[in-house]
Amino acid sequence: MSVSVTVQQANFSVADEYAALSQNPQCGAVVTFSGLVRELADTQLLAMTLEHYPGMTERALHDIGQQALSRWQLGAVRIIHRVGRLTPNEQIVFVGIASAHRDAAFAAAQFIMDYLKNQAPLWKKEHTAAGDYWVEAKTTDQAAIKRWL
Amino acid sequence: MIKILFFAALRERLDCEQYLLSCADTKLDVAAVVSQLQSLGSNWQQELGRSDLLCALNQQLVPLTTQVRSGDELAFFPPVTGG
Repeated sequence: MSVSVTVQQANFSVADEYAALSQNPQCGAVVTFSGLVRELADTQLLAMTLEHYPGMTERALHDIGQQALSRWQLGAVRIIHRVGRLTPNEQIVFVGIASAHRDAAFAAAQFIMDYLKNQAPLWKKEHTAAGDYWVEAKTTDQAAIKRWL
Repeated sequence: MIKILFFAALRERLDCEQYLLSCADTKLDVAAVVSQLQSLGSNWQQELGRSDLLCALNQQLVPLTTQVRSGDELAFFPPVTGG
């Protein structure tokens, strides 16, 4: 059982991460989630900048991974979050879970994303044709965490 | 000395990344630090008075009632929007 966290500017390879998560012979399930930069509904998104709190971001993600390990029987937890400037369709975040059975892997991946969105110190600034804007926190993300309480 | 960091929109609106606060008072909580910072100006008063302000002490989220000591790292930031 291990939690591996990386916060980085560089892109990541889902194939490489999947290959690493698939190594454990006791795990019959691997669930992966990738979050991408998507276009905005009302204006053209040129790019986005992800700011973080060096040290605390890694620690917060690790704590969230550990909470998932204490709730479900998991073989491995992998979390990657990118920072810096990203353009539309680029990968932002990766969560990968290996476990014996699929239910735990699906639930843990969802749990980690819900907590990441509410507790990990990361902030998005959108660069659009109309100007630069900090993204506001969504109440739907805040509500999502309640299902785990 | 307490090192205070500001992030994201809050950092921009205060035009301040880091502030060093000398603290002779041994019984200081986060709320008292906020009050001291708010005396720096009207924008500090407004920005640190926001109801959604988050605070981390030594890189852990904490409530405003938490005690602060010299040598601590304190950070203030808006609600997070990663993922």
